[in-house]
Amino acid sequence: MKKVVIDPITRLEGHGKISIFLSDVGEVENAYLQIPELRGFEKFCIGRKAEHMPLLTSRICGVCPVAHHFAATKALDAAFNVEPTSAAKKLRELMYCGYIIYDHILHFYYLGGPDFIVGPDAPPEKRNILGVIEKAGLDIGKEVIKHRAYGQRITEILGGKATHPACGLPGGISKSLNEEDRQEIEKMAISCVEFAKFSLKLFHDIVLGNSRYVDMIKSDAYTLKTYYMGLVDVNNNVNFYDGKVRVVDPNGNEFLKFEPKDYLNHIVERVEEWTYVKFPYLKKVGWKGYAGGEDSGIYRVGPLGRLNAADGMDTLLAQEEYEVMYKTLGGKPVHSTLAFHWARLIELLYAAERAVELCKDPEITSTKVRNLPGEPGEGVGVVEAARGTLFHHYALDKDALVKDVNLIVATTNNYPAICMSVRDAAKGLIHDGKVSQGLLNMVEMAFRAYDPCFACASHFAIGQMPLTIEIYNHEKRLLKTVQR
Amino acid sequence: MAKEKLKFAFYWAASCGGCEIAVLDINEKILDVIQIADIVFWPVAMDIKYKDVENMPDKYIDVCFFNGSIRTEEQEYMANLLRQKSKVLVAFGSCAHEGCIPGLANLHNRKEIFQKAYLESKSTVNPEKNVPKTKIEVKEGVLELPEFYDTVKTLDQTVEVDYYLPGCPPPVNLTIEALEAIAKNELPPKGSVLAPLKSVCDECPRKKEDKKISKIYRVYEKVPEPETCLLEQGIICMGPATRSGCGAQCLKVDMPCTGCGGPCPNSPEQGSAMISALASILGLEEEKEKYSDEEVEKLINQIKDPIGTFYMYSLPASILRRKVMKE
Repeated sequence: MKKVVIDPITRLEGHGKISIFLSDVGEVENAYLQIPELRGFEKFCIGRKAEHMPLLTSRICGVCPVAHHFAATKALDAAFNVEPTSAAKKLRELMYCGYIIYDHILHFYYLGGPDFIVGPDAPPEKRNILGVIEKAGLDIGKEVIKHRAYGQRITEILGGKATHPACGLPGGISKSLNEEDRQEIEKMAISCVEFAKFSLKLFHDIVLGNSRYVDMIKSDAYTLKTYYMGLVDVNNNVNFYDGKVRVVDPNGNEFLKFEPKDYLNHIVERVEEWTYVKFPYLKKVGWKGYAGGEDSGIYRVGPLGRLNAADGMDTLLAQEEYEVMYKTLGGKPVHSTLAFHWARLIELLYAAERAVELCKDPEITSTKVRNLPGEPGEGVGVVEAARGTLFHHYALDKDALVKDVNLIVATTNNYPAICMSVRDAAKGLIHDGKVSQGLLNMVEMAFRAYDPCFACASHFAIGQMPLTIEIYNHEKRLLKTVQR
Repeated sequence: MAKEKLKFAFYWAASCGGCEIAVLDINEKILDVIQIADIVFWPVAMDIKYKDVENMPDKYIDVCFFNGSIRTEEQEYMANLLRQKSKVLVAFGSCAHEGCIPGLANLHNRKEIFQKAYLESKSTVNPEKNVPKTKIEVKEGVLELPEFYDTVKTLDQTVEVDYYLPGCPPPVNLTIEALEAIAKNELPPKGSVLAPLKSVCDECPRKKEDKKISKIYRVYEKVPEPETCLLEQGIICMGPATRSGCGAQCLKVDMPCTGCGGPCPNSPEQGSAMISALASILGLEEEKEKYSDEEVEKLINQIKDPIGTFYMYSLPASILRRKVMKE
């Protein structure tokens, strides 16, 4: 049996490494995506002050610190039995919109999008933000930089710092928004709506206008039938900041809808000896191995997971585009992994529109931004991180020190599905033991669509991951190394 | 003849990715960076392998920006390799500088961390008591994982470091100033921290009245006055013991400094510097010549989780370094 190792030097949860095992006739037998790093937050957060949790846990991810910051803050609301003021909830949501704007732009233009904009077969040194600028023009490049910065600026105004904000408190937020800053945010948000519309137009022109790409999106190699999970509001529309967790089955029917505090009744995680990250699945359905379909408890989260799990978007333009996507891709749910990119842009538009709405809300500049907390206890906080549903669960002692912590982070939810997507892409693209350069790109595309956290650092300016494939024969002796 | 371009390298070890975002946050100035420097190694961004770095002549790289702490054998190897290949090695951000928040893992060891993550976590079902192993036989063959060390180390506990850019993450203006100093060849003496010599208090616009405090409040217990010193309102603020450069950003949203900028130049042990600052203002309401042991204990007991409070970012670099584990 041959062993093919794709060793992407990526970040966040460390380096992701893919090992693909081939049968004697050169067909893919199985694939393993290993995450070889762990940092132990669930252990060293024990004994810390409750109010430090939004600061400590934001260091799990410097790309999505706002998600951890507010999942933690909401867990503290619950643990201290305090309801944040109405203005505080709106300010948190506004800051959250800023974060989604920044993060989704980052992914579409710097990481995932270049696959489409520059082209999946383009040389690796072109499939990056500089390649995007080359293809789309410097003026557009500057707009990308500007709007990504707007998202960060919104977080900075409300949170103190853009990366690793400081404002979350049980019962509210540390500071209210003044009129001058409100106007600045509103101006940026309006500009982001236009930029999101432009980005969607670009997607339509370049991706949907090219039948080859559309065929690729719809192809079996990139199709995975799973359950989907996401937070929804009272109307079952997508919501990033608050609501109930809804799960739909592979046919799109509602399977579960639960309060975040009940997550332990619905999600369990399994441990494998070959990776440091755990594998969550739906308790009711059970673990049936790395398989899709109704009988397997594997579910997906993130942009496509949210759109599939919801009935629609809460803003006008995003809803229009939501309908276009499902019409184009053949109804709900969409199982194409590459549709994550489209879903992400629809969410970008929603976040920008929602930010404008919140800026126009007269309550947004209210100074009633804090309620004082009650006695410390236990609480769960859930938000939708850019990459999916994020669960924080804390138990506090009588001094409001942390007694216990449980975290299920966004990418972890997708981990079983990412493993399958990578395996299936490899199965579709490796035959007779032939491993081509194009294959590396395609396998990479399969997991990049999820914007996985362990690839976060590849968000960076020139956004490429070096990969190594090592091919072993059945005696496990190295035959060949493919690198780029 | 045009001036020869500088050669930059970027590397990350154990970190959260925020330092990379901090570089990105210089926004359009990144275009200026590309004007003055070629980036010769950047694993997240470029197709250059470790092997290519190994083949570089010694001191080939002009400046290497290294973020993240050292926790695995591979990270240790890369720190040594990049030291050898770089004229200037910069510890970029709090993890490389001091170990930062992930350095709080030094209160435990691998065994305890595994126990919690894989066996005791509330959502985990693991009747076979599996934990990840460095070498694992699966049906199709053998898979390997790198070993997870017991202790988090800073960069300068591993190799010699020339400069430090503090902060979690480093403030944008400090990054830009450092890049400009490099471009103009105006870097300060080796060993310098590339940040102002002042403390966060010096940058903080809040008024100080040299008030004593007798009661300590947790941030959620009290809505602070907007314009006066938080410490003098009884909220522990690491400002007096923390290096500035951030513009006291957290204080602008009415939250205390938690110390990510690292120690001030004259008192390199940040935690003890803060304990001493606190000792100088904490006292009983009524003036007293001498406190009883009971009174002292009562005052001190108000401070919860001193390690997490005073050493949130600096445990691996501190005199404490880690908890001694007894088997």
